[in-house]
Amino acid sequence: MAEITKLIHKYLRHDKKFPHVWCPGCGIGIMLGALIRAIDRIGYEKDEIVLVSGIGCSGRLPVYVDFNTLHTTHGRALTFATGVKLAKPSLKVIVIMGDGDAVAIGGNHFIHAARRNIDLTAIILNNSVYGMTGGQYSPTTPYGMRSTTTVYSNIEQDFKISELAVTAGAVFVGRGTVYHAKLLDSLIEKALLKKGFSVVEVISHCHTQYGRQNRLGSAVEMMEWQRDHAVAVEKAATMKPEELRDKIVIGVLVDKELPVYQDEYDKIRERAKETIRR
Amino acid sequence: MLQGNEAVVEGALRAGCRFFAGYPITPATEISEILSVKLPQVDGTFIQMEDEIASLGAVIGASLAGVKAMTATSGPGFSLMQENLGFAVIAEVPCVIVNVMRGGPSTGLPTSPAQGDVMQARWGTHGDHPIIVLSASTVRECYEVTIHAFNFSEKYRTPVIVLIDEVVAHMREKMTLDDEEKIEIFNRVKPTVPPEWYIPYEDTPRGIPAMANFGEGYRYHVTGLTHDIRGFPTSRPDEIGPFIARLHRKISQHFSEIQMGEFYQTEDAEITIVAYGCVARSAKRAVREAREKGIKVGLLKLTTIWPFMRSSVEKVLQSSKVLIVPEMNMGQLSREVKRVNRGIAKVITINKVDGTIITPGEIMNRITEAKS
Repeated sequence: MAEITKLIHKYLRHDKKFPHVWCPGCGIGIMLGALIRAIDRIGYEKDEIVLVSGIGCSGRLPVYVDFNTLHTTHGRALTFATGVKLAKPSLKVIVIMGDGDAVAIGGNHFIHAARRNIDLTAIILNNSVYGMTGGQYSPTTPYGMRSTTTVYSNIEQDFKISELAVTAGAVFVGRGTVYHAKLLDSLIEKALLKKGFSVVEVISHCHTQYGRQNRLGSAVEMMEWQRDHAVAVEKAATMKPEELRDKIVIGVLVDKELPVYQDEYDKIRERAKETIRR
Repeated sequence: MLQGNEAVVEGALRAGCRFFAGYPITPATEISEILSVKLPQVDGTFIQMEDEIASLGAVIGASLAGVKAMTATSGPGFSLMQENLGFAVIAEVPCVIVNVMRGGPSTGLPTSPAQGDVMQARWGTHGDHPIIVLSASTVRECYEVTIHAFNFSEKYRTPVIVLIDEVVAHMREKMTLDDEEKIEIFNRVKPTVPPEWYIPYEDTPRGIPAMANFGEGYRYHVTGLTHDIRGFPTSRPDEIGPFIARLHRKISQHFSEIQMGEFYQTEDAEITIVAYGCVARSAKRAVREAREKGIKVGLLKLTTIWPFMRSSVEKVLQSSKVLIVPEMNMGQLSREVKRVNRGIAKVITINKVDGTIITPGEIMNRITEAKS
């Protein structure tokens, strides 16, 4: 059996939940593939994985995979994940979000989860638009672009999700694109293995909404754009800011050590018990 | 001597609560503060979240992982929790939310009592849904009601709201924690079938499916979308209808098990006061004073707020010609009383929203007026 077929049989709820809701050509499938390959390589048991999502196209991802899956409210996935992880630290908790999910309605939860350094992996599919509701602008829609709610042009500046995660204190931040699938595999694998709050931003395309409204072409053309505008983080270090203006820096942006919340809380428990003994 | 908020903590720990997520808010803060000390002592977890939305999110997550969990807040925070409260209802996740009511709307009166959240507790989250709401009028009841809240949430797989008011929360009364055996502790029913046979939202005679905790071998899907019996999103009317009906039925068919209250001198009462929370204390005093004067007055104290204790109200209507409903709001539960009354007795309301309590004297005045 081909490797891909084995993975499909092992991890997808293939006899229950298909066909899926995503448009042909969507990048979410590539991200899902990368996630499954990373999980398979590391060798996690399906029972120990909890896959949590918010609302939107990305929010529909967990229903297709055979883990403990939790499809929460819009923007709140990280808060549910925090509860799951703290209540049962032996579980591997992975959170899937979209750009609107993670940095608009869930922006506050995102920066605080990063600040606390809870052992979670957040994977954010950034396609610069609210796809499921029909193509409204999101916090990552670039200045000057069109959407169904910025038909005259977007006058807001966009968030850089990975840079936001770095500033908020995430111990691992990586950015990839759905074009660079192999890089994505390794970024997600590294993030899963990292103890603490790890983030992988996945630059994707929504040719159905964002692409159509901005005349960016088909899924293939939008992926070619990703190829042409991506710059490896090592090369970016040698480039001037103005050269990087329309570029996507991909690779590992941060990989550092900070005390992990659960380890610290274990110490708090010890201290609390000492106060009773005394 | 224990404070109402402290008694809530003791009740929660006794019920087996081992997870708390909350956000500081007056007049509920003591619950957070004390649990931040006590939970780590018993290998539980306390976390202060970034807001109340996050707090209830974390509580639901912890409960799904198999740990009894709660949060505590006041009106403004309770408003923020409505979103995830609906999630707990539709996904049938046991959890307890304590709302120490203050004057509203908005920031309102942070340190003054009120009972303005009775209807928010019932209908605050969007969509048609059942809910269990309990109240307390003494420190001991804060303890007992919190245990009942956890029991009901586990038994019926539903969020349970405990409404107490600032007076009861901050009042100190003598109470002993001597009822270790008195209140039985109930834990959620787990599946006994092998994982491949497990149907997470299957209908049962009691209407409550067995609940598997994350990580115990039963991999299933939890969603806020309307789902089929396997937990997967559905838009089929033939699946949606029975699902929503079961959500309501699992509470309504256990109506009598959820009813908690007290009939105080109501057997021969011509006038019955229907009250809850700190107002029930003033009402009890008024009953005693009236009885001393030879007026046949009784009190129906409601501990269960929702589902509304209609059968208890019907019972007092057998003897009473007048019902007095004092509330620290503009008349929220009195509407339910009137609905059940259907014109049988005269319903008099006493409403106060100035941040002060309704005194026994004020109730006594209405009793005297009603008598003349």
